[in-house]
Amino acid sequence: MWRTLLFCLLLPASLAAEEVVLGLSSDEVSITTRFDGDEILIFGAVKREAPIPDGPPLEVIIAVTGPHEPLTVRRKARRSGIWINTDTVEVDSAPSFYAVATSGPLDEVLSQTEDQRYKITIERAIRSVGAPPDVTDAEAFSDAVIRIRTNASLYQQLENHVAVDQQTLFRTDIDLPANLTEGDYATRIFLTRDGQVVSSTETSIDVRKVGLERFLYSLSRQQPLVYGLMSLAIAIFAGWSASTVFRLLRER
Amino acid sequence: MQIYLPIAEVSVNAFLLLSLGCMVGVLSGMFGVGGGFLMTPLLFFIGIPPVVAVATEANQIVASSFSGLLAHLRRKNVDLRMGLVLLVGGLIGAALGVMVFNYLKSLGQVDLLVRLCYVVFLGVVGGLMFIESLRALRKSRKADGTPARVRKERSWIHALPFKMRFRTSGLYISVIPPVLVGVMVGILAAIMGVGGGFIMVPAMIYILGMPTKVVVGTSLFQIIFVTAFTTLLHATTNFTVDIVLAVLLLVGGVIGAQIGTQIGTRLRAEQLRILLAGLVLLVCGKLGFDLLVQPSELYSIGPVGGH
Repeated sequence: MWRTLLFCLLLPASLAAEEVVLGLSSDEVSITTRFDGDEILIFGAVKREAPIPDGPPLEVIIAVTGPHEPLTVRRKARRSGIWINTDTVEVDSAPSFYAVATSGPLDEVLSQTEDQRYKITIERAIRSVGAPPDVTDAEAFSDAVIRIRTNASLYQQLENHVAVDQQTLFRTDIDLPANLTEGDYATRIFLTRDGQVVSSTETSIDVRKVGLERFLYSLSRQQPLVYGLMSLAIAIFAGWSASTVFRLLRER
Repeated sequence: MQIYLPIAEVSVNAFLLLSLGCMVGVLSGMFGVGGGFLMTPLLFFIGIPPVVAVATEANQIVASSFSGLLAHLRRKNVDLRMGLVLLVGGLIGAALGVMVFNYLKSLGQVDLLVRLCYVVFLGVVGGLMFIESLRALRKSRKADGTPARVRKERSWIHALPFKMRFRTSGLYISVIPPVLVGVMVGILAAIMGVGGGFIMVPAMIYILGMPTKVVVGTSLFQIIFVTAFTTLLHATTNFTVDIVLAVLLLVGGVIGAQIGTQIGTRLRAEQLRILLAGLVLLVCGKLGFDLLVQPSELYSIGPVGGH
């Protein structure tokens, strides 16, 4: 307890001692019709006024977070022979994408208290408070969100995935899956020593639908009737012209 | 080639969609059915969210039925008056269906409803068709004489009020049964994402007593307007119509239908019907099996409030 407090008091001083200078391969990801996932390269250097301090080596943690959204998580149970959704828990906020890359094993580079403070691991990123009284195991529902999204590569815990050179240069790459949603992806970089955060910085990656994707998506939300009529017209025209082409081909 | 669907927000292989459309197109060309009842479950299987699958399939049916209707109109095989009466029922039914759909979506039970509807209807229709065609096959082997169907039965249908004359079909019956048939088909179109031809065609022949010649054209007429209305309802209330998905399925479907029609002309009607019945029962079995067996993932994630 006292140690933590002491570190908190010392933090501003140590922040100034080692600072992150950050680079991104691109701060924009465009979702086009051909979008099939993307890879972003995150790299940087540590700026120091003084020589490298003694003691445990510098570790780097990089967390990329997609937009937060509330979710409904449902659980199936067998009722009169068939499997149907029964229990429901609303998760107040969960990121649509979350990747944590670290330079070493997560529990070694980051202490529990610092994790709680900065909300770095996936478990901390999900916030769930209101489970209905008839659901006693609300934990299982947030675990399910993590499990399902980890299987879909939407949540990634990448230990030993950040390369650190001479305690100064660091670099990692993060795969963005194809089923990405739009929004600002907050990218946080933490420098730690002995599990304690000594410096951090934040930037954001802009993920946007562009071109045709952008046009169709906004039209369907802002002018749903126009979009619906347009869908019908396009579909009828496509169907009619395809069958006309075939008829002409056969008559020839 | 992967393609990102703007509304479904998933990336799928474009060739997979084209070949799915083509495959269902072959079957619909062979059997003369719309194929919606096969396409929608197949879209569930490849990971398209059921709400998007149902709404998009409605859009696709409009388009694939359009050229069929034009052909039937040219041959004057459409009873427009009967079509309009069926349509009135269909629009009421579609509105009811979308309401039920949205209500159950907010409860998180819409997937169950759609799947249950499929199991029940595919089971009943497939089963009846199978028995019927087995019987027909046996009869045609015994004697070559065609079994004439007794058409002019005086049943409860003729006792109902609000009679109307349908010249093209040569009928003078109450408008209540066709309106009810229309309502039924409209509800199915909205909930299951199908045209409903597989229910309407038998109902028109056996309940309304319409001549077989005008049945297909008239049902296409009704289906186009009801599914167009359903598409608009889904597009404006759920925002779930994916035009990119619809066009890909459609292009595959039109190509497939041409191949299917060629195969269809080389097979005998009874054999075709047994094959179709088998196929319907197979899809029904797969969907029913999924409901009964413990799923590998018990949890599912959805947006809050179902919207």
